[in-house]
Amino acid sequence: MADHVIHGNYVDFYDEKGPRKGILAWILSTDHKRIGLMYLIALTTFFCIGATIGVLMRLEMLGQGRTIMGPQTYNSLFTLHGLIMIFLFVIPGIPAVFGNFFLPIMLGAKDVAFPRLNLLSWWLYITGGIFAVLSLFLAGGPIDTGWTFYVPYSLRTGTDVSWMILAAFILGFSSILTGLNFITTIHRMRAPGMGWFKMPLFAWSIYATAWIQLIATPIVGITLALVAIERIFGVGLFDPTLGGDPILYQHMFWIYSHPAVYIMILPAMGVVSEIIPTFAHRTIFGYKAIAISSLAIAFVGYFVWGHHMFVSGMSDTSRWIFSLFTFLVAIPSAVKVFNWTATLYKGSIDLKAPLLFVLAFIFVFSIGGLSGLVVGALATDVHLTDTYFVVAHFHFVVFGGTGFIFFAALHYWFPKMFGKLYNDNVAKVAISMITLGFLMLYFTFFILGYQGMPRRYYDYLPQYHWEHVFATVGSWVMISGFIVMFVNLFIAFRKGPRAGMNPWGGMTLEWTVPSPPPMENFEEIPVITHGPYDYHAQQEAEQKQEEFNQSAEDEK
Amino acid sequence: MATDGTHNDSHPHIVNYGTYVLIWLALLALTAATVAVAGINFGGVTLWLAILIASAKATLVLNVFMHIKFDDVVFKVFIAIAIMTLLAVFIFTFADYIFR
Amino acid sequence: MSKVPGAVVEQPALPGSHADGSHMLEEGHHHADKMGAKIGMWLFLLTELLLFGGMFLIYGVYRYMNNEDFHAAGQGMNTIIGAFNTVILLTSSLTVAMSITALQKGNKRLSITLLGFTIFFAVWFLINKYFEWSHEIHKGIYPKSPELTSRSPGEILFFGLYYVMTGIHGLHVIIGIVILSFMVVFIAKDKVTSSSYTKLENSGLYWHLVDIIWIFLFPLFYLLR
Repeated sequence: MADHVIHGNYVDFYDEKGPRKGILAWILSTDHKRIGLMYLIALTTFFCIGATIGVLMRLEMLGQGRTIMGPQTYNSLFTLHGLIMIFLFVIPGIPAVFGNFFLPIMLGAKDVAFPRLNLLSWWLYITGGIFAVLSLFLAGGPIDTGWTFYVPYSLRTGTDVSWMILAAFILGFSSILTGLNFITTIHRMRAPGMGWFKMPLFAWSIYATAWIQLIATPIVGITLALVAIERIFGVGLFDPTLGGDPILYQHMFWIYSHPAVYIMILPAMGVVSEIIPTFAHRTIFGYKAIAISSLAIAFVGYFVWGHHMFVSGMSDTSRWIFSLFTFLVAIPSAVKVFNWTATLYKGSIDLKAPLLFVLAFIFVFSIGGLSGLVVGALATDVHLTDTYFVVAHFHFVVFGGTGFIFFAALHYWFPKMFGKLYNDNVAKVAISMITLGFLMLYFTFFILGYQGMPRRYYDYLPQYHWEHVFATVGSWVMISGFIVMFVNLFIAFRKGPRAGMNPWGGMTLEWTVPSPPPMENFEEIPVITHGPYDYHAQQEAEQKQEEFNQSAEDEK
Repeated sequence: MATDGTHNDSHPHIVNYGTYVLIWLALLALTAATVAVAGINFGGVTLWLAILIASAKATLVLNVFMHIKFDDVVFKVFIAIAIMTLLAVFIFTFADYIFR
Repeated sequence: MSKVPGAVVEQPALPGSHADGSHMLEEGHHHADKMGAKIGMWLFLLTELLLFGGMFLIYGVYRYMNNEDFHAAGQGMNTIIGAFNTVILLTSSLTVAMSITALQKGNKRLSITLLGFTIFFAVWFLINKYFEWSHEIHKGIYPKSPELTSRSPGEILFFGLYYVMTGIHGLHVIIGIVILSFMVVFIAKDKVTSSSYTKLENSGLYWHLVDIIWIFLFPLFYLLR
């Protein structure tokens, strides 16, 4: 692709002069790339806050009894860790940052379908984040219900539940509008020639995700709103003393919150499907299977929510139905894993930092996914419910899945977003530290949970002591890895060497525009003639071009 | 999958006043019917009858007032996805309550 | 699938930089993607449908668990005012649909008049709602009231759902009034015209959805005997 020339005097989107100056040119910009970067800054900030809280919790568990905080503080911290990480980091996560930045470019469009709505989404996200932080400092004190807001405790506690619910509601609205925008974009803005099955797989995964955002979020929105209404006006809705059924609340909550897990993981799977062909220099194996399995996960994943409630008193019938569907959803996930490994097979693999991240992801995500079947089976779940095993499963899937791939995507697209190259070796050291620390921390949780350590306790019995110490040391290793990673990227941002248009040899459209891209991405809207990962057709085209150049020279 | 046809853009389908009034009269008739039927005790069927009539009314509004009948097929698919999901959520939730 | 879908080719060509504003929703713009705007609107309506769907699910479960209490509570509801409000909303749906036809046919004044009727009906609906709620509150039936808390759990749930669901529906009616009022202004100022009326169409869609939700609320709260 080196023969591409940059046409004319191109101005990248950082330098484009609009009518507004300074920070206003960013926070009032409707450009999808600027919005994506603003999300990146906000999300990384919230990730650092959430991670710090996590490290503090691990520090408390270093010794028995009170180590650095009391039980009430611990309750608030695990609630905040969950709320911040879930609602402010992983749910907006990859779609908000990389979906915004790259979806239009990958489709060959100049922007999303509704740029102003996109800016509104960002503002709603920031407003929600501010309310969430604000609720910590109001009269009632930081919320201590756990991120699930289970009734009746969330109706009784004196902490500021209503403010946090308002924050979650606003964040949900932001998520819905982003999803709506992306669906419309994918329907309406694909470049000429880009049929549905010529879209990059990242676009497919964003499409499936957007549908879940759209269909599931309103239900949790109204459910949380009802909890707030019940708290404020005393309307009888979920309170058992007023005839309400707390299990119905759990249904309503998980009708959204289980599909939300797929909002988190599907875009990550899309990114993996981009990174693997690029670094294996090989067409993706089973394009249609991967595309369709995204939709299948979105669909089946909607009907497994009851597996969060196996021991809360549901009927036996619904227990086995939900368990069955939980096993079914493993199939499309496995289809993807097999297709990825099949793509790597006999590829010319270039083990750069993003691919190393992806390999670590496949390893931890497979463990996470398989442990999901352990807790998805009725009998074992009774033993493991509310233990560290569940915490381990969740972190393997969501942190090892979405979290790892969020940073893999950052490394993959960093040259395109900032026009700079980072030090690959340092990045690999950081990834190794993160993975090592991750396994020390969360694999120990599997053992702890299996032995019976309950989650959300600020204290433990003496027999768990050394495992807790080992896990806490793991958290230090992991956090050091993140510090190395962020410093490496920051140095690259400040004084890294300039990145070319296509440093990895990628095939999708974002690698055909300059780094960083110009304001409206494309000089001319591209016309799509081959599939997104068609390395074969690409080589042929290059060969023909060369022959043409040769004959042109000969004629001279 | 050329479902997002654009023919609606260039040639808008104008529904004439008469059609709307006709649909409105049908909706009023169905409202009268549902009120009338509510007075009779059909036992367990009463609720389902009321829902059936409401669904018929909603279908009329969707198809004619909201132009779904004249619009691109993609909108029908969208609505079907939403309604089917909602229906499935009802079924799965009631799988708990009915068999408890 | 290799065939080029006709729709996709319609790439809206945006003039100049749109870093700060110009974009597809802009009405009157030559290349405004009407189809895209409509898709966006419908997707939004589906979220509203699911929002109310969640509340209908709660209603369904509680009615299933407390069927007799629900019927006992439903006895006190005023069927006539409910039915009357249904007729009002259906008629307002008719007028908003006709107003679009009027504008399409170039009859600006008729279009505004019909929208005016729609807003009038919407306000009337809310006034009826106000009297209905006052009547219930006067009877001592409101959240936390001694009268209501002394009743059976199923009746407490019924009235809880009644206030919340009709309340949130009423909120949507108010939003609808605001949106339709903007449309009146837009048509008067020729920002919405016979050749560019996507905004009016989308506002109409919103109003019909409010109507559809009431079509389901009516039998569930007012026709229990």
